[in-house]
Amino acid sequence: MSTVDPAARQLSDYRKMEESITISETTEFEGDRELLTLNLGPHHPATHGVLRLLVTLDGEVIRRLQPIYGYLHTGIEKTAEQKSYWKAIPVVERMDYVSYYFNAMAYCGAVETLLEVEIPKRAQYLRVIHMELNRIMSHLVFLGTSALDLGAISVWWYCFRERETLLDLFEMSSGQRMHTRYFQIGGVIEDIPEGWIEQVRKFCAIMPERADIYGDLLNKNEIFLQRQRDVCPLPAETLREYGVTGPLLRAAGDPWDLRKTMPYSSYEDFDFQIPVGTKGDNYDRYEVRLAEVKESVKIIIQALDNLPEGPTITEDRKIALPPRHELATSMEALIHHFKLVTEGMRVPEGEAYYAIEGARGELGCFVRSDGSSKPARVHMRDPSLVNMQAAPAATEGWLIADMLATVAMFDPIIGGVDR
Amino acid sequence: MPDAATLERLVGALKASDAESVIGTVESPGRVAIEVRPQSIVGSLEVLRAAGYEFLASVHGLDYYPNEPRLGVDYELLSREACDRVALTLRVSSEDPHLPSVTPAWPCANNQEREAFDMFGLIFDGHPDLRRILMPEDYEGYPQRRDFPIGGEPVLFTHNEHNVPRWFE
Repeated sequence: MSTVDPAARQLSDYRKMEESITISETTEFEGDRELLTLNLGPHHPATHGVLRLLVTLDGEVIRRLQPIYGYLHTGIEKTAEQKSYWKAIPVVERMDYVSYYFNAMAYCGAVETLLEVEIPKRAQYLRVIHMELNRIMSHLVFLGTSALDLGAISVWWYCFRERETLLDLFEMSSGQRMHTRYFQIGGVIEDIPEGWIEQVRKFCAIMPERADIYGDLLNKNEIFLQRQRDVCPLPAETLREYGVTGPLLRAAGDPWDLRKTMPYSSYEDFDFQIPVGTKGDNYDRYEVRLAEVKESVKIIIQALDNLPEGPTITEDRKIALPPRHELATSMEALIHHFKLVTEGMRVPEGEAYYAIEGARGELGCFVRSDGSSKPARVHMRDPSLVNMQAAPAATEGWLIADMLATVAMFDPIIGGVDR
Repeated sequence: MPDAATLERLVGALKASDAESVIGTVESPGRVAIEVRPQSIVGSLEVLRAAGYEFLASVHGLDYYPNEPRLGVDYELLSREACDRVALTLRVSSEDPHLPSVTPAWPCANNQEREAFDMFGLIFDGHPDLRRILMPEDYEGYPQRRDFPIGGEPVLFTHNEHNVPRWFE
């Protein structure tokens, strides 16, 4: 090991600043009350990943909350620029790692908008089924981990049992449990296997009842209720000001849901309700998500009942790979296959912003094409990053224990925040 | 995306409030962006807010390298009344990447402007807390710029950390 003379070290400005900090100099006063600044995370089980929070406390009351991000930054947007359009799907899926189908949908939707390609109806329905299954899965992860934070451990086991069933369904349709790469530009990669529909129906038959059971477990839990009811409410106007969308906004009574207001992927065909809360407190945030699980089941059943026959990916050979059997007989199919695999598709110049209702709110994907086979810019407007802006407003003036419950109810996925 | 008449009305309203503001419109399939001068972005957003586009969904940076002026910022606006989206866009050069911050008027832009600063080096004048958000505070360079190389950083392991310059910092 090499030895370094401390005096000869070349410190960057930031490190100099860091070394100059002493604890005694950071004391803050509010009137005659001494404030304490406390670091929480990034490695703290209650922060659901590597979220770091700097909290300034007066006793146990929060005076200031500063979220610090970036501990899970992996440069996915930069990586996507180095890959051809269809090879960027797997990296994009890994942004918000609990809702991978949504990420793939937003990205594919943006590229499809640029390509102006028509998606077959069956593919649209299959996308809806998978996205709604993913929404249930995401809400189950939310419910389980949040209940765990609030001391209700058994709910976690039950939620993850149902999540396991869902992951098995994903594995059956695509071969992967997570990050399935099932959605392709132009449709879905292949038709669902035999027996899959029956399995999904079986799941849909038990899920609403199970959701009721989880609700009963928590709604009769006095500790849970005391930590949720009337805790950290925010009115809808404040939430909108901070750009908050999704279940958090609906919990405050604003029924904004892109599936209803600006339908994509045939959502206009389905009959479903938008659950809303009344107070916008933590209890409403939990209740809205539990109700959404049941609505998602309704959508899935309708989509299965009316699942149209037909192709599952566009017939445009410039975009989608030709079927395997054509390669042996058609020279043209072979050329298309070779061009797609080696170079990828060329996308006409332009910019697209495609927004969908993800499990946490508006998930928008911006793609800029410069006419080549690689995207010139991929940006995800991830709801987790934007929603977290409202966390200081929601928690300031509340106890630190309420803050942990609220962060759990905000349900940020750090993979989506940091990308 | 607004239809031609609405777009004309929006551009007219922007020009009425500041004759110099609008540079042109950029049309893509399913999306239209109105290009404005960087200095008039705050006023232009207010005009669109008055026209019903009250929700600023996304603010993100762009790099048009090698075209000049190479850096850009997009503001994706949403009208919840009309269920319609329109974008404002602007371009600044990399030598002078200054533009006014919209965070004082739109608190939802806070994190996203910080991200654009972090990734592209765009300097939002008037932002209350313009620090890096995703990269480390002492990071040099702006990684999302198109000419920023990938794979240029050595990965630290215990067996090679002594060979990497300045690892001890």
